[in-house]
Order: sequence, then C-alpha cells, then structure tokens
Amino acid sequence: MKAYLAIISARFRMLLQYRAAALAGLGTQVFWGLIRLMIFGAFYAMPSAKSAPMSWPQVVSYIWLGQATLMLLPMWQDAEVRNMVRDGSVGYELARPLDLYSLWFARSVASRTAPTLLRSVPLVIVAGLFFGLQFPASLAAAAGWILSMFSALLLSCAISTFVLITTLWTVSGRGITDLTGPCVWIFSGIMLPLPLFPEWMQSLINFLPFRGLLDIPFRIYTGNIPLNEFAGAIGHQLLWTAALILLSRWLLALGTRKLTIQGG
Amino acid sequence: MLNALKLYFRYAGVSIRSQLQYRASFAMTTLGHFLLNVITFVSIWALFNRFGNVRGWTLAEVGLFYGIVNTAFAIAEMFGRGFDIFPPMVKGGQFDTLLLRPRSTILQIFGLEFQLMRVGKLAQGLLVLIWSIANLSIAWSAAKILLLLAAIFGGVCLFTGLFVLYATVSFWTTESLELFNTVTYGGVETTQFPLTFYQPWFRAIFTYVVPLACINYFPAHVILERHEELGTSVAFQAASPLIGVIFLIVALQIWKLGVRHYRSTGS
Repeated sequence: MKAYLAIISARFRMLLQYRAAALAGLGTQVFWGLIRLMIFGAFYAMPSAKSAPMSWPQVVSYIWLGQATLMLLPMWQDAEVRNMVRDGSVGYELARPLDLYSLWFARSVASRTAPTLLRSVPLVIVAGLFFGLQFPASLAAAAGWILSMFSALLLSCAISTFVLITTLWTVSGRGITDLTGPCVWIFSGIMLPLPLFPEWMQSLINFLPFRGLLDIPFRIYTGNIPLNEFAGAIGHQLLWTAALILLSRWLLALGTRKLTIQGG
Repeated sequence: MLNALKLYFRYAGVSIRSQLQYRASFAMTTLGHFLLNVITFVSIWALFNRFGNVRGWTLAEVGLFYGIVNTAFAIAEMFGRGFDIFPPMVKGGQFDTLLLRPRSTILQIFGLEFQLMRVGKLAQGLLVLIWSIANLSIAWSAAKILLLLAAIFGGVCLFTGLFVLYATVSFWTTESLELFNTVTYGGVETTQFPLTFYQPWFRAIFTYVVPLACINYFPAHVILERHEELGTSVAFQAASPLIGVIFLIVALQIWKLGVRHYRSTGS
C-alpha cells in the first residue's frame, strides 16, 4: 500500500508543476461554460421549459460543476503507459515487485485528481461569485455529493485502466480509447444533462456506467436526486466500479501471458 | 505552382500511407471522430425534442448552421493540422530543416500531416447538411448553391487562417496556447446555433475578431431567405464568406513576418 501511495504522491507533485496550463485551462473552461449557459438559456427561455425535469438553477450548477470536474473524466488517457506498451518499456513495469493493476490504477488516480483539484477550485470560486453556481441543495446533499464524487473518481479510474489494458492488444493504442471518448461524452452528462434526454432513452442511460462519472454526483448536489435515492445511485457507481476492476484484472492476467515486448 | 501542388500531393500521400499502417486503429479513430460529432448533433436534437422550436428556429435550420461550420472545420483540419504540430518544431529547433529546403515554408508545413481520419467528421457534417437541406423547403437557384459552396470555402480558409496564426504565435512564445482551441472548437460550438442566441459582447467576438458568423450565420440567411434580426443587408450577407478568404491572406502575411523574425533555439 505504501508503494502505491508513494506513486500517487510523486505523480501528484509532477502534475502540480503545470500551473500555467491550469490557468489557461481555467479561461477556456469559463468560456465553454458561458457558451453552454447561453445556448441552454435560449431553450430555457421558452414556455416549454416549465415542464422540464430540471430547473434552470439546477442546470446552471450542473454546467459549472461539469466544467470544474472535466479532467476527472476517463477521456484523457495517461499517454505514458500507452507509449510503454508501444515501445516495449512495459517490460520494466512487469519486472517491478508490484501488482501491475494496482500500479496502473494508482497512477490513474493521481493523474485525475491533481489536475481536477487544480482546475476546479478557482473555477468553482469564479462560477459561484459571478455566473450562478449555487451551494449544494442541503447539508445531506453536500455529504452525498462528496461521497458520490469519490465514487466517480474510482469509477473513472476503473474505466480508464480497463481501456489501458485493452491497448495490450492494439499496438498503436488509440482505437478503443477513441471509442470510449464518445460514450463518455454523451452518457456522462457533460454534453447535455442526462435528465433532458427523451424519456425512452432514460432506461439505457440509467443502466450504463457512465452516468456515475458526472450525472449522479451533480444531481445529488443540486437536489435533483432526492435523499431516499442516494444509496441506489451511489450503489450503481460502486457496482460498476467493482465489475470493471474484476474484468480488467482478468484481462490483464490474460494479456501479460501472451504479451510480446516490442523492440530490443 | 503546379510543381508545388505536385509536391504537396506527394507529402499528403506519404502522410496517408503512414496513417494506414495501423489499419484497425485508424478505422476506430475515424469512427470515433464520426461518433463524437454525431453525439453533438444528438444532444442538439434532444434539446429541440424536449423544448420545441427556439425563437422561431427549427432543428433543420440549425442543422444548416451546424452542417456548414462542421464541414468547413473538418476539411480545414484535414489540410491544416500540420500547423498544429508546428510549435514543438520551433521549440526543438527542427524548423531550421524546413528553412534549408528550397521550398516555401507554408507548403512544407501543410505537407507535414494530412489527417485522413477527419473524414469521419467530414462525413457527419455533410450528412447533417444534406439532411437539413432535404427537410427545409428552400427555393434553390444557381446563386444559392454557389453561396453555400462559398460559405464552406470561406470557412475552410478562416479555420486554416486560425491554424496558421496558432503556429505563428509560437515564433514569439514557445508555449502553445490553449486560447486557440477556445476559438476553434469554441467557435464551432458557438456558430452551430444562430448568433442571436448570444449576448452582444459574445456576438462581437465571432463577428469582428474571429469572423465565423460570416461563414455560416450571415450567408445562411440569404439561403433561407430569412429576415436577419441584427439588421444587416442582404448584399453584406451574400458577400460575407469573402471575409474568410481575407482572414487567411492576412494570416499568411503575419506568418511571413514571423518567419523573418525567427531565431533558432536549436543547439
């Protein structure tokens, strides 16, 4: 355990070096948030908005939280391990006296939390002061949100590590990664808050793991998911996380048995 | 000139062949680009599906905006992404190699990369464009077809101009600027919807600074024969795609200035 914590803290310190990038990212995300806000605002100005499943203030908070925790999504892959598979240095990884899955998982945790923290804190302050991001709906919602955010982090890492392991099969390591992006993009809620999709799509959306990445924590935060449904929602996140970890471990065991190391 | 074109096609051919080396990955990447764009349109559709028409705009009309800007962006990305990998070349000093060759730097950088995988994006943009045209009752004339093509062409020029500017900035600062992603991707996102959705300061950015409105919002009004809410004249709307071409010409001049200013960092 100590070894993995050391890996997390080392990666964390490395990523925190990129403060200028974080500042530029802040500007970009405020800009994007504003575009979103104006587009959704035009729709919410219509009389039909009265029957929408989310109120306007809820949508505003949802959009800003989405911009704040964008870096948490498993769309941005850790290029390091991908290149290791490609150029053969993954052999060193196998030689380390550590469990490979836990190693990659720990790396993923670090590379998601550091940039997310760095970007979200200033963004939340700016959005809260000037652009209508509200406080959590209640104290219970705040507690549920923190718990659910943490589950979202684990889920995101489980998904990205799963994708990473599939690169053991495709050498250039881009294909599956590029297909995960679109799924995350639409089914996490970052493009469009999930309750706004048509009713007939909801059962599919509710089944898939991706809503655990953003939609569940944000709807708990805004009070769109009531207190009595917290357990079910967070349970959904944790179940998928566990399932993906088991599947990935099995795939990894299979993959390392037949792995060809490139180069020499 | 002909010789330059021939050389460019050689460059592009090499780039395409190298991309096709990883065939399965290539197919999935292309599909990924296609899907990513389909998703954007699905979410626009979902909004219309839930809220109905917005300020008198239908989904098919918004599809026209979407189709023009995305088609133009996809084509520009295919040709112009070489400028994207340019900043690290300045940083590493590899740009010197290009300067030594007896060809224009612009040609060589265009030739650095031809991103074939953007056909996924292009196909989606065209599909939406065709779908929207099929669902709109437009009285087509030769002039309107020409204007539609001009709008797409103007858009390609404008986006290419942005890529060139992005590369040019790296002569002065070797930090790549996220700002440019904001105006390219952000611009595409913005101009998928009518300009009047946005606040005045925001409209001003995409009319005067990065004139994306000139390659879809204004010409689309002529094609749809719709009264423009901001009160511009039809003549201006019809001529506005030209601004994209002017933008590219200006960008190329700034590029030449940058090349003259260039001092190698390499050692």
